[in-house]
Amino acid sequence: MNEIIRIENLTHTYGEGTPFRRSAVENLSLDIYRGEFLGLIGHTGSGKSTLIQHLNGLLKPTGGRVLLDGEDIWADPKKIRGVRFRVGLVFQYPEYQLFEETVYRDIAFGPTNMGLTGAELDRRVHDAARFAGLDESLLQKSPFALSGGQKRRVAIAGVIAMEPEVLVLDEPSAGLDPRGREELLAHIRAYHRERGNTVVLVSHSMDEIAQNVDRIAVLSDAHVLMSGTPREVFARADELVAAGLDVPQVTRVAMALRAKGLPIDPAVYTVAELKAALLALRKGGAVC
Amino acid sequence: MSTMLRTENLTYSYPAGEENEQPTLALDGVTLAIKRGSFTVILGHNGSGKSTLAKTFNAVLLPSGGRVYVDGMDTTDEKLLLEIRRRVGMVFQNPDNQIVANVVEEDVAFAPENLGVPTDEIRRRVDDALRTVGMEKFAKHAPHLLSGGQKQRIAIAGVLAMRPQCIVLDEATAMLDPIGRSEVISTIERLNRDEGITVVLITHHMNEAEHADRVIVMNEGRVAMDGAPREVFAQVEKLKSIGLTVPDTVELLYELRGAGCDLPLTAITVDECADAIAKCFGKSAKEDD
Repeated sequence: MNEIIRIENLTHTYGEGTPFRRSAVENLSLDIYRGEFLGLIGHTGSGKSTLIQHLNGLLKPTGGRVLLDGEDIWADPKKIRGVRFRVGLVFQYPEYQLFEETVYRDIAFGPTNMGLTGAELDRRVHDAARFAGLDESLLQKSPFALSGGQKRRVAIAGVIAMEPEVLVLDEPSAGLDPRGREELLAHIRAYHRERGNTVVLVSHSMDEIAQNVDRIAVLSDAHVLMSGTPREVFARADELVAAGLDVPQVTRVAMALRAKGLPIDPAVYTVAELKAALLALRKGGAVC
Repeated sequence: MSTMLRTENLTYSYPAGEENEQPTLALDGVTLAIKRGSFTVILGHNGSGKSTLAKTFNAVLLPSGGRVYVDGMDTTDEKLLLEIRRRVGMVFQNPDNQIVANVVEEDVAFAPENLGVPTDEIRRRVDDALRTVGMEKFAKHAPHLLSGGQKQRIAIAGVLAMRPQCIVLDEATAMLDPIGRSEVISTIERLNRDEGITVVLITHHMNEAEHADRVIVMNEGRVAMDGAPREVFAQVEKLKSIGLTVPDTVELLYELRGAGCDLPLTAITVDECADAIAKCFGKSAKEDD
C-alpha cells in the first residue's frame, strides 16, 4: 500500500510567546494509506482535532511537514485551496454550518466553489445525497426543517459532493442515538466500499472504531501512542487503559477473565469473538 | 419514601410547524411516580419522548393533557412556578449553552442571586456546590477554557446552588468524551448517595444505567419498560424490538445462553459479567485439565 498523506515530524504550538504556550501535537509522524479506512482515537486534548486540521491546510505546521501525494501541501501557499478540495474535512457538529435555502443548494455549495455547473454538479449533489442516506424528497426542503440527524447528513453530503480523495470526519456520530449512529456509520462504510476512497474517522468511542475501521492510530499526549489493526491495538488493552483511554466493553470482560486465569486471547474485541473463544474452552462438551 | 415527581395520564403535543401538518404527539398517556431520593434512568431512542418528559418535570413544558406534580405541586399552577423550579433543577446537553458568566463562581451564583438569597449565604452555597462537584480549584477560572466534563460539572454546581431536591439531566453526557462522561456520572451518583438528591438521568448510553435504582424505557411517547436495570436489560428481545441495543456484557451473556450455557442475563457490569462467566467456564476449563 502506498501512502496518500504522509505526516512528518509535525509540531503545532498554540500561543507561542505567551504564558499559555502549549504544543497540541509534537513531532508526530503518521502515514495514511490510499484507500484505507483509518480510525483516529484519543481522549480530549490528545491532539486529534489539531492534527486533522493540518491535513487540508486549515492549520499551518509550526514544525514538520504534511505531504499529499508526495508533495508538501505548503510548498506553494497559493495552492492550498486545491488541497481543501482533495482532502474534505467534516467538523464536529457540522449541522451548525448549514446556511442555504434548500438542502440541494447546501450540498451544491462546495462543488460550485470548485467551478462545477450543470449536469456534473447535479450528478454530484444526487450522488452525495445518496451516499449520506438522504432521500431525494428532502432535496428541495429547507435544511432547517430537518431533524438533527438529517441535518448532519446534509453537511456530510456537502463534503462528499466535492469528491475528495480523502474524507476526514471528526466525531460524525457525536450526540446521535444508537440507531442514528449505526445508520450513519453504515452509510460511511458503504461510501468507503463503493468509492474506494480514503476515509479517516475520528472518534473517542473505542466500540465505534473497533467495529468500523481497517487500522487504528491512537493519539495520546500529542504523539501517536500506537497504530495497527484493531486486533493489534486492542491486544495492548492494558497500555490503552494506562494511557487513560477507553477500551471496548468486551475487551474489558476479556481482561477480567484473563485475570481470573481463563486462557482468552488478548486480541479478542467483539462479542462474537469472545463467545467463540469461550465456547472453544468448552471443548469436549463440558457442562456449563 | 414519598413521591418526588408524579405524572397522571400525561400527554404533550408539539404544535404543527406548517399549516398542513398535524401536531406531533410526543407523550401519549404517561403515568408514573418517581420516589424521593431515588436514581432513575430514562432510556429511549430519539423521538421516543424522553426529553419531552424531562422538560415537563420542572414546567419548562406544560402538559397538553393530564397532570404533572412536583413534590405534590401541580405544574400548571403559575403561582407555584418559582417553587417548582427551586425543587427541580435541570442540566441540558450542551455545556456551552448553559454558562452565563465569565468566571466560574459567578456562574454558579447566578441562580441563587435570582432567587434573592442573601450575599453571605450565596458565598456559602457557591463554595459548597463547587466542592461537591470537585471544582473548587477552578472557582476563579474562565469557564470557556474548561473541558466539556468540567463545564457540565459547573452547570451541575449552578443547579446545586439552588439547593434543589431533584436534578433532571437531559442527555447531559451526550457531548462528552469518556473521561468527561465518567466525571459527570460519578458526580451525580455521589449527589444521590451522599446528599439524598433525587436524580433523573435521561441518556442513550446503556452503561450509565448500571448503577441506577430504576430504568424506564420510553417508546413512541409511552412507557415501554420499567424496572430495576437488571430486570430491564434481561429482556434482550424486547429492547431490540424497540430499536435499542443492550450493553455488550448482556449481549455476550445472551449469546452464550443461546449456545446452551447456564448464565444469568442480570450480570450487567463488566465485573459481574466476568464473574458469572468465570464461574461457569472456569469449572469446565478445569474439568478439561
